[in-house]
This record gives sequence, C-alpha cells and structure tokens, in this order.
Amino acid sequence: MRHTISILVENKTGALARIAGMFSGRGFNIDTLNVGPTLDSSASRMTIVVRGDDKVLEQVTKQLNKLVDVIDVQDFHDEEYVDRELVLLRVTATSKTRPEVMQICDIFRAKIIDVQADTLAIELTGSDNKIRKFLTLMDRFGIKELTRTGKVALPRSND
Amino acid sequence: MKTKKTSSKSPKAAPDRGQLTDGASILVNCLEREGVDVIFAYPGGASMPIHQALTKSKKIRVILPRHEQGGVFAAEGYARVTGKAGVCMATSGPGATNLITGIADAYMDSVPLVAITGQVNQDMIGRGAFQETDMFGLTLPIVKHSYLVWDINDIPRIVKEAFHIAQSGRPGPVLIDIPKNIQNQRAQPIYPKEVALRGYNPVVKADDVAINEMIGLIQGAKKPVIYCGGGVITGEASKELLEFAERTQIPVTTTLMGIGSFPETHPLSLKWLGMHGTVYANNAANEADLLIAIGVRFDDRVTGKVEKFCEHGTIIHIDIDNSELNKNKLVRLPILSDLKYALSRANGILEKQGLKRAKSFTRYPEWYKLIDGWKKKHPLSYNDTPDAIQPQHVIKLLNELTKGEAIITTGVGQHQMWAGQFYNYSEPRTFVSSAGLGSMGFGYPAALGAKVALPHKEVIDIDGDGSFLMNVQELATAHIEGIAAKAIILNNQHLGMVVQWEDRFYSSNRGHTFLGDPRDLKRIYPDYVEICKGFGVKCERVLHKKDLRAAVQRMLDSKEAYVLDVMTPYTEHVLPMIPAGATYKDIITE
Repeated sequence: MRHTISILVENKTGALARIAGMFSGRGFNIDTLNVGPTLDSSASRMTIVVRGDDKVLEQVTKQLNKLVDVIDVQDFHDEEYVDRELVLLRVTATSKTRPEVMQICDIFRAKIIDVQADTLAIELTGSDNKIRKFLTLMDRFGIKELTRTGKVALPRSND
Repeated sequence: MKTKKTSSKSPKAAPDRGQLTDGASILVNCLEREGVDVIFAYPGGASMPIHQALTKSKKIRVILPRHEQGGVFAAEGYARVTGKAGVCMATSGPGATNLITGIADAYMDSVPLVAITGQVNQDMIGRGAFQETDMFGLTLPIVKHSYLVWDINDIPRIVKEAFHIAQSGRPGPVLIDIPKNIQNQRAQPIYPKEVALRGYNPVVKADDVAINEMIGLIQGAKKPVIYCGGGVITGEASKELLEFAERTQIPVTTTLMGIGSFPETHPLSLKWLGMHGTVYANNAANEADLLIAIGVRFDDRVTGKVEKFCEHGTIIHIDIDNSELNKNKLVRLPILSDLKYALSRANGILEKQGLKRAKSFTRYPEWYKLIDGWKKKHPLSYNDTPDAIQPQHVIKLLNELTKGEAIITTGVGQHQMWAGQFYNYSEPRTFVSSAGLGSMGFGYPAALGAKVALPHKEVIDIDGDGSFLMNVQELATAHIEGIAAKAIILNNQHLGMVVQWEDRFYSSNRGHTFLGDPRDLKRIYPDYVEICKGFGVKCERVLHKKDLRAAVQRMLDSKEAYVLDVMTPYTEHVLPMIPAGATYKDIITE
C-alpha cells in the first residue's frame, strides 16, 4: 500500500540526510520525495510517498517523530487531502504527429512549453492516475526525457 | 493520523553575556556551565585549541585515555553509573572514527553521551584535507542528534541543546563536530538559559485511562509477570517499580540492561530472562497470562522467536519512546509515558484500592508454586571442580567477598553472562555492560569511567582474555591517572562464547577462536602479569582454586588498579541457553 506523509522539518543542514538515512537504515522504501520551503523560512516541508502496510507506516511515523529536527508529521488518509505532481517531458513530435500530441495535451490540460523541430516539451500537473494515463499515451510518440517532482499534498481542512 | 509535537518552552530568562574570547574557551565555558567535571579526551591537530583551553579550566578534569575508544567507553562508564552525560573528545579523522564504536554502543543502550570532535577548517571541509572525515555523516544513524558547528555564535546554544537532548527522554549520544578555525575565532558568547526545540518534547505522561486499564488487566490476571529493562534505570524509576511489585505481588524479571532495577535478592525476583537467563524467568515470562513490559524493547536476545514470545499472554508495554511501542511485538495495551510517573501514578491508584505493600506474597499461590517448582528444578548451577577454577565460582566468590555491593563492569562474551548470573545485584547502575551492541573491550575503560565518577565505590571489571586485550592500553590510563579500578580476567585462552557456539552448532571445529600460542600450547599467552608490569599495574595470576580467595581479597584490598589473571577451563559453557531464533521450550540446560 502507498501512503503519503507530509513532514514539517527544521530547515537545517543534514535534516534531509537524517530523514533519508532513517528510511534506508530501517529498511523502509521511499517511492517519491519532495522538499520545498514553507511560509516559515526556518522550516521546510517534505512530502514522502512510502510503500508498506499499516505496521510499517506506524513505525515510519514514529521514527520520523523521534528525530529532533522533525517538527510535525502528518500521515494522509484517502479523501483527507488533495495531491498533485508536476511532470516535465520531451516527446518526439514530427510535423506529422504534432497535431495529435497537441490534441492529447489539450484534453489533459497539459501545456506545451517549448517547441523544437522534432520534439515538444510538455508540462503537466495532476494526480497519479492522470499522469500515468497521459504518459501511456505519450509513450506511443516516444518520450525522450522525463522529470517528475514527486507528489506534493495539502490537507483539505485543519484537523 | 496526525501526530503533532508540542514545542518545548520558549526562552524566557535573559541570556548571560560572556567575555570576548576564542571558540575553544567558549566551548569549555559551556561544558563547565553544564556541570561537566571530567572529560575523556585524546588530543590531535584539530582539537588542540580546546585542549589548550581545558588546561585553564579549574572545574574540569581531563583524563587522557590511550585510545579514543577507551575514552568513549570510559565516558559511557561514567554516564551509566551516574545518569549524567559522559563527555569524551577526539580530534578529526582517525581520532573521531575511533569514537564510533562507543557512540553506537551508547545509542544501542540509551546512554547519555556528548562526544566532541575536532574538524578541519571550514574552508577545507569536503576537499579531502589531512585527517578529514565527514563525522556528521558517519554518525547519523547512531546518534540521538548531532551538530556540525558552522558559526562561533552558535556554540553556547548547541552545547546547551546537546546536553539537554542527551540526558532527557530516552537518553542517547549527541555529537558536536567543531572545525578548528571556529575554535580559534573570537567572539563574545551569549549563553542561553533555556533550550527551545520545537521538534523535541521528551516528557510524556500516561493518562489515567491507560493506567486504570492496566490495573484492570492486573485484577483479572492469574499468572502475571513484570518484565523490566534499562528504561527503569535511566528513568530513575527503581523505587517506584519495587513499590509497584510489592503492591501487586507480581514476580519480576529483568533484561540484562535492567539488572539492578529490581533487587535480585527480593523474593519476587526471577533474575533475568533471555538467551542465557534463568529457566524460571523464561518459563514465567512465556507462560504468563499477563506480561507487563516496562522500559524494554523486546530485543531478540530476550524474546528468541518474537512471534512465539509470551504467545498466549496479554501484553502491556510502557515506554518513554513511542517508536518502541508495537515495534518488535504487537501488544494489547501500549502506554507512552515517563516510567517514574506511570509507576507512581499506578501505585497511587493501587493504594486507594487498598492494595498495601506486602512483605510476604500470597496473592497468586498457584503461580508462585509453579515458579518455585521451576526454581528448584533449574537453579543457576555449574559443576564445581576441586582444583581447576570454574569461572562461575570466581564470580560467586566475588559476590560473597564484596557482599554484592561492588559496581561490576564487563566485556562481552561468556564472562559477561556469568557476571550477570552469579553476582546478585540489588541497586540500579551497578551492572555496567555493553548489552545492545555487544562491544568487546568495553569492560576496563568503562570501569575507569565508573571509578572516576564514584571513587568511593569498589569498581571491578569482570572480563575475558579476548575482551580485555582489546583495550589493554587503558592500563596506562589507570596507572597514570591513579584510578583504582580492578579487573578479573577469566582467562581461558579462547574466545569462549564463540567456542561455545562452535561446540553446539559447528561440531567443535575451531574457526580462529584460540587466543593462545599455537606453537607452545603449555605457555599462557599473552602474559598479562608481564603486560601489567610494563604498565606499572599490579597483577597476579591464579592457577589453583585454593589460592583464589586470598588472591581476590588482595585485589579488593588494593588501593590502586589491580588485575587478577584467573586461569579457567575453556570447556565450560554458559547455561541455560536458548539458541538464537528459538523459543523457551528449546532451552538447553546441560
């Protein structure tokens, strides 16, 4: 099972290493990891997608909380949060296939952000499902390069 | 699920301003402010300025170990007998890496430790400078917390936080890595009065609902057992535990780390459980219908096959570290709490319910009868010999001659188990042993640290010839610093515990477990009497049982460091024994 965990962490040297090291040292798997600033410049927010059962997740949460640099840990359950991921990709698009690629982009509300003679650079945000589906469709044209942010998440309410 | 940490108090008291001085002196001032009275420190290029500053301190005694590992083990010995953070220091590179085993050891056994390491100049970091290692990175998985000092003005805050973190909650080691150029810089320090760490709130108290639920479970139990560990000692909750046991009249077994948390001379004591624990403790814990686990972590050396451990019983687990609850063993009632609080609160409720402290124990007659049967059938025992000295006999004799009142440190191996089995501990912090990490070489340096902390106590390292040799250089520290720590080497010329496993599981094929001289089997090698002579430490060898009592007495009477080299047969096994990954039913008793 995949879980999305949101961690508020002190913006200090080594905080990321501590958290990443805790995962590897205790045999937990990270699917995606994203770090970014927050409103409070002394703290960062990490969003981690972890694979494991409830027992693993309980340990992950507890071990994270045990780290001095970790201020707050939220383990999001279904429906409690919204999440998105940003994907940038470069797809083969000749004059023949370009219209079809652009049409699919339109349907997915993806943006074309750069055009070259035989490729298009595309920006897409969305949920897991949407991204997976879009990438499957793009595969046919040939994905040359791909970079993803990993999931970021936000609780729907304060509690 | 949302698990929010509430932040510690914000600083209120006005901070102190100090004189303009260098970083090294600021560090030393901070240590003095934390009440540090001794530091085990080995100098080198990147920590010299701190040693220079230490020469000017009137409050801190600097003890020079002869190897950094000896220094960190000594600091652990100091910490384990006092509960105060032990402090050690080393230079960058090899000095720092030599501390690592000790830091890992302190982490595994939850020992408060502040380890300070010199680092190369800031502008050299990451460039492969002479004696540079990324100590911050190297120690990440084995510290409770760590700091790389990057600004001289942070030193006072960092040191204050380091001691707070090391000593509070579940204690552990904290590393401070400090570049040499910062040691030499100058600044006017501002010493904070309080610590503000929003991600760290170690004080947790059980709510009454949980405690009442526990008492309810006790009321319904017919075969209850208390299984308590090092947490009771670090949580200073031994008195409360004794009261709790006497009010509930529940038998108590401890872990190796928990030795001394409950008096082993008490009628409710089952001594300790686990791989080499007593048959009756293992039987009782496994057949209990209610197991109250207090300050323990269900270590594999205690539980054997963990799924089978206390398989049919209800388990309550009280601990100050939330991550220990449901980690190794899923329990019915996990209680997150400071142990002293939880036990005294429970005692208060029991008092109100009219459960007085008992002197004779009658509450579970059937259960006591069953346990007594196991005690009679399987007491800790060994086959004594008329002339050859059995290792167990040495420890029994030491227990008699010291009235069980000495502080015992150990190395790791057979002697460690026997030291646990045949000495009776009645006070916390009197059995000092590397339990979790199992670091050979721990015994003698730990004894030095313990003796420095408590000079009026008799401190004796019960060691093996393998373990003792691993930090034999600390004999120099003992002699030069005048530390009267004693050592008994149970010398069987072998790595006894590995030999025992070879005998049991590898058809006695010896895989590099003989420590003597294969070209001259009659010779005792190495010659500890000669070694000690070289270090200026008194030592005598004992070969015959008839000479032992007088020799042990001479050792005890000595006012200075003293080593007793006692020759014992290597054929002796530590029993009982539950093989790794097995259950209490697989226990080997002969």
